[in-house]
Amino acid sequence: MAKYIIKRIFYSILVLLLVSMLIYGLVRLLPNDYVETKLFPMLNQGTVSEEDITRMKELYGIADNSFGGIVKGYFGWLGNALKGDLGISFKYSEPVSVVIGRSMWVSFIIAVLAYILVYLIAIPLGIKSAVKQYSVLDYSVTTFTMIGISLPGFFLATALIKIFAVDLGWFPQQGLEDATTLNEGFDRFLDQVYHCVLPMATLVILSVGGTMRHTRTNTLEVLNADYIRTARAKGLSEKAVVYKHVFRNTMIPMVTMMAGVLPSLFGGAMILENVFALPGIGKLAYDALVVGDIPFIMGYEMFLAILTVIGTLLSDIAYVLVDPRIKLGK
Amino acid sequence: MTDMLALSNAAFGVLLALFVAAIAAEIGAIVYLALRIKRSKKTAAVGTDNVSLADSVRVLSPWRLVLRRFFRSRLSVVGLTMIVVLLLFIFVGPLFTPWGESEIDYSEVTSYSYKQITVTDSDGTEYTVFEMTEFVGHVNKNALPFTRSDAEHGNLLHVLGTDENGRDVFTRLMYGGQKSITLSFFTVILYVTLGIVLGSIAGYVGKWADQVIMRIVDVINCVPSLPIMLILSALLESMGVKQELRIYYLMGILTLLDWTGVARLVRGQILFLREQEYMVAADALGLSAPRKIFKHLVPNIIPQLIVVITLGLGSMVLYEATLSYLGLGFPMDVASWGRMVNSAVNNEVIKNYPFIWVPAGLCIVLSVLGFNFLGDGLRDALDPKMKR
Repeated sequence: MAKYIIKRIFYSILVLLLVSMLIYGLVRLLPNDYVETKLFPMLNQGTVSEEDITRMKELYGIADNSFGGIVKGYFGWLGNALKGDLGISFKYSEPVSVVIGRSMWVSFIIAVLAYILVYLIAIPLGIKSAVKQYSVLDYSVTTFTMIGISLPGFFLATALIKIFAVDLGWFPQQGLEDATTLNEGFDRFLDQVYHCVLPMATLVILSVGGTMRHTRTNTLEVLNADYIRTARAKGLSEKAVVYKHVFRNTMIPMVTMMAGVLPSLFGGAMILENVFALPGIGKLAYDALVVGDIPFIMGYEMFLAILTVIGTLLSDIAYVLVDPRIKLGK
Repeated sequence: MTDMLALSNAAFGVLLALFVAAIAAEIGAIVYLALRIKRSKKTAAVGTDNVSLADSVRVLSPWRLVLRRFFRSRLSVVGLTMIVVLLLFIFVGPLFTPWGESEIDYSEVTSYSYKQITVTDSDGTEYTVFEMTEFVGHVNKNALPFTRSDAEHGNLLHVLGTDENGRDVFTRLMYGGQKSITLSFFTVILYVTLGIVLGSIAGYVGKWADQVIMRIVDVINCVPSLPIMLILSALLESMGVKQELRIYYLMGILTLLDWTGVARLVRGQILFLREQEYMVAADALGLSAPRKIFKHLVPNIIPQLIVVITLGLGSMVLYEATLSYLGLGFPMDVASWGRMVNSAVNNEVIKNYPFIWVPAGLCIVLSVLGFNFLGDGLRDALDPKMKR
């Protein structure tokens, strides 16, 4: 087990290195250079000269766009990143780690609450619809699931805004805080939660379907297993069969799936945050991408990649911990 | 420039024709087999009285069993119907609509705006009156559904009204769907092919090839695809790729980002199938490696691949819509579902003109739903473990 984990961590580091090279290369090729975009109006007015721009670019470390320059820039970035310094964001003019650390929590709180709701709704319904396969409940759950999976996030979000914010006026349309009133302490928190209701609802509707389907498939598989027949044969009540024997075995794949949602918990939802204008990490990253803020994009992408790697590793380990039949490693 | 345009139009036409032919063949095959099942059922029912047991028992080929199971599930039939109706709407519809894809309705529209003003008379009494301003526009924009317009070629109907630029929404839905479905179809075919080739090499050759290919898969899986798409399409723009050609580059990029799932599936299956007895037999016969892979291993995973392709079509339609929602992908004046939904960003549109963006969203949902139902139905029908 320990040997397997060490091997996996070694591979993960290799993968992360390759990912960082790929992304750095791509980001450096981006046409909308931050310095040029920012100073272009001033250049037109004549307040700055071409030399100033070149000097600025050197300061930002993006002057040399030849292959050698990019490689040098990459190793500079890598060296600092290994020391824990992700650099200073061009756009937000603060250390990248600070910006990520701050905006991450907005996305995190929305995602955590949404996922708790998702599991609370999806697991009971999924099991029910599998136990009563081909019933009315099963058909409606399946249909609803499919609709949830097929909905584009931006369309659902827009539709919810249209119905609940524009027409009914129950919830605010966009943003995280009411700009007209100044709230402090707990009131402020309540106001933020109020603003997060619609984004959370969108997230729940979008992801409840997949989880429900997963639960249903797993439960169906378990229901066909021999030990369930044994449990029934020895005269256990249907309740005991379902809630003790089936439920526990259904949870094995579910636990591994929960470990896999790690990146979506912290990584934010780029499109949703854009539609709702929430200052989460996804929206900040989108804005950074648009202006070519290299340190922030690199920080964000590596943050996501590390989360993905950890998530996969955790779900593999969770698999072994929950199911004693499985042995890792070759 | 015009050469480029003509070339790209011709290429797109060829792709379209190929696509229509493929779909027609597929539907034809399904209908034919379905009819045959029905017919054989009938003869069996008639012949039960005086015929021996051997005649009354029918032999069904595996594929016909699959089709029977497929048509027994209501949801998969619903999915198939949805897709057929959608394809008809998208590919046959444009023949019947009087408007063009980016044609602007230049008919004269008179609109009125009201303003409340207070006038004070000379003797001091105040009157509140409404001042009405007449405004004659030369573009029939934001027209309501089922309104007619006096365009130069006659009195024509806007089934779903016009958008904020005066273009017919109903017609744009058709053209948007054409682009989206064709792009998805070819991207899926491309990445499934790439996935099969790389996955079977990884699974069959093993050792270093497996290591290299699977590490590439890991890297691509770790890279969040949406930010990468944003970067790449900005790059496409800066490289001066012609707007009309961008769709083909997009196909290529999406292919490069999406083959990993198929490769994993194929590799896993081949690792399993490689150990089966019939592969020992194939080894003993001294077959060549490509022959073993493509004649004996890949055909065994075709059922899974069909499911992957169908579900992949759904997610690709969704992905394309997301990209065009963000303003990437197709050029501005080309119709696309995602961009039509994006017009709801405008406050005026989201408040008062749902007919501009809701139908496009529903079209996306319907097509993705159709492909998902179809894929799910096929998955159940193709699974030999299912007894029903």
